[in-house]
Amino acid sequence: MTRLATFLSTMAITGLLAAGLAVVPSLAAEEVDVWPTLQKDVFGSRVAVEDPAVVTLEAPVRADDAALVPLTIRIPASAAATAKKLTLIIEKNPAPVVAEFAFGEAAGTGDRMLSTRVRVDMYSNIRAVVETADGTLHMATKFVKAAGGCSAPALKDTDAALVDAGRMIVKTLEASTAGLAREGQLMIKHPQYSGLQLNQATGFYIPAKFIREIEVKRGDQTVFKMTGGISISEDPNIRFSYAAGSDEMLEVVATDTDGRKFTGRGGPKGS
Amino acid sequence: MPANFQSTRDSLQIAVSRRALLAVLASSAALPVLRILPAKAAAAVVSEIAPGVFVHQGRHALFSPDNAGDISNPGFVVGQSAVAVIDSGGSPVVGTSLREAIRAVTDKPIRYVINTHMHPDHVFGNVAFEADTPEFVGHHKMARGLAARAERYLTINKGLLGDAAFAGTKLIPPSRPVTGRLELDLGHRTLELVARPTAHTDNDLTVRDTETGTLFMGDLLFSGHVPTIDGSIKGWMALLEKMAGEPNARIVPGHGPHSMPWPAAADPLRHYLDAIAKDVRSLIKAGKTLSDATETAALQEKDAWLLFDEYHKRNVSAAFAELEWE
Repeated sequence: MTRLATFLSTMAITGLLAAGLAVVPSLAAEEVDVWPTLQKDVFGSRVAVEDPAVVTLEAPVRADDAALVPLTIRIPASAAATAKKLTLIIEKNPAPVVAEFAFGEAAGTGDRMLSTRVRVDMYSNIRAVVETADGTLHMATKFVKAAGGCSAPALKDTDAALVDAGRMIVKTLEASTAGLAREGQLMIKHPQYSGLQLNQATGFYIPAKFIREIEVKRGDQTVFKMTGGISISEDPNIRFSYAAGSDEMLEVVATDTDGRKFTGRGGPKGS
Repeated sequence: MPANFQSTRDSLQIAVSRRALLAVLASSAALPVLRILPAKAAAAVVSEIAPGVFVHQGRHALFSPDNAGDISNPGFVVGQSAVAVIDSGGSPVVGTSLREAIRAVTDKPIRYVINTHMHPDHVFGNVAFEADTPEFVGHHKMARGLAARAERYLTINKGLLGDAAFAGTKLIPPSRPVTGRLELDLGHRTLELVARPTAHTDNDLTVRDTETGTLFMGDLLFSGHVPTIDGSIKGWMALLEKMAGEPNARIVPGHGPHSMPWPAAADPLRHYLDAIAKDVRSLIKAGKTLSDATETAALQEKDAWLLFDEYHKRNVSAAFAELEWE
């Protein structure tokens, strides 16, 4: 309740900001730098250092839709061989850790790219933290102006959202950036209930229900294994680079918090 | 102090597309327009666009303390025994002004308050009619859509409108849900309500005055003000195609002039939706991303619409998330 109350009061602040009003009430929580505490909670005593040589983050300065904010993370080839884990964090979200991506062999050693869509609940720093093989943490940070993404129904047609749940599309794409060996995309129809959305019929909040894990393999080799939470947008959508191999078929297995399993596969034309 | 609402016809003509402008001029020339002078300072300025059919034209703007939420087109229809309100504006202030305008025209009971969809600029004035104990009528999915967004709407509107215009706000969902069709009798005058499939939102309802052939389209029709997609771009395109064949003497858009000719009024909107769908589909086919799309799709439409920068990218984002599943 307290968390929700805080969440609502901060939404009021962002509403004022959106209106461009000069008078913005001060709120202690707004001024506190939450990162030191959050970093300790997530990474223990390790400290993440801004390091554009290892990781860069692309995010809109102002989100067009707070429930559908595109993020792209890039790890250059010089760092890709040792990059073993990526953690996405939205500092001010009710559940700040968006997802962890543990990279496998098929992620490759060329320029690495991963992009997804997230919910942003209030103006916040978004951080992409890459852990390399030596255990050090490398970080890229972007401040994004968006509000209300966790409580908003992202897609607009409530009935259509439920009818199709579990449908998955896996496909390979023309690489969007030179130097990427292969690029794939997975899309899963899933409401990604955040626990902050109201059920109109009961007047209670819909319990959180979301995709917990996604494993992507190319043939029998892992590209990445994601563990995620409520900040991933409705209908999770991930684009990713991966290395070429003898078996070019992408195999995806996703599991939600109810233990339901969703599978999909896709490959280049002709394979 | 309640605001006195002014028509924004002059400012409207600055940036509407040529076709929309022609439509405005055509409708102005063809229809008897009677401006009801407010009986009190608080009454909204309304035009009688057809006998017994009155519309107030809101401004093309975002919610602000200055406009008090007077940013959409509410209206009312007067029958022999009763009055029906169609949308109530974006705040209790606007609702009250609309009620004053009704009372300047007739003392007949306000029996129905109909909402064309759940958005705050069409619903937040409902409370001004609560004492009339009307039936509140809306699409059967409207209550659900409104409830899911109620907290967000209330919080954001309070911030945008400021205390004065927000004061007394209370969300009133439909007490009479419409599935399919419903006829309402105002006394020798029948309104025909149709719950439409998902388009602008998933709870769009149209209201047709059968006496004059006037169709209140709500936000299924935008003119001048850039459209906003909060339902389904495919559904909206298909619905406009279908509705083009429906015979209406005139239509009232949710945002735009008081009255427009049908089906020409929908041309700019259909052109805009087609442009987004075409660009987004070709970007998806080329393997481009959501971010690529919001930066490039249908930007040539910019000069044809007001508030383009405020809503266009979000429209593209919504269209992309929908069309990538084709």
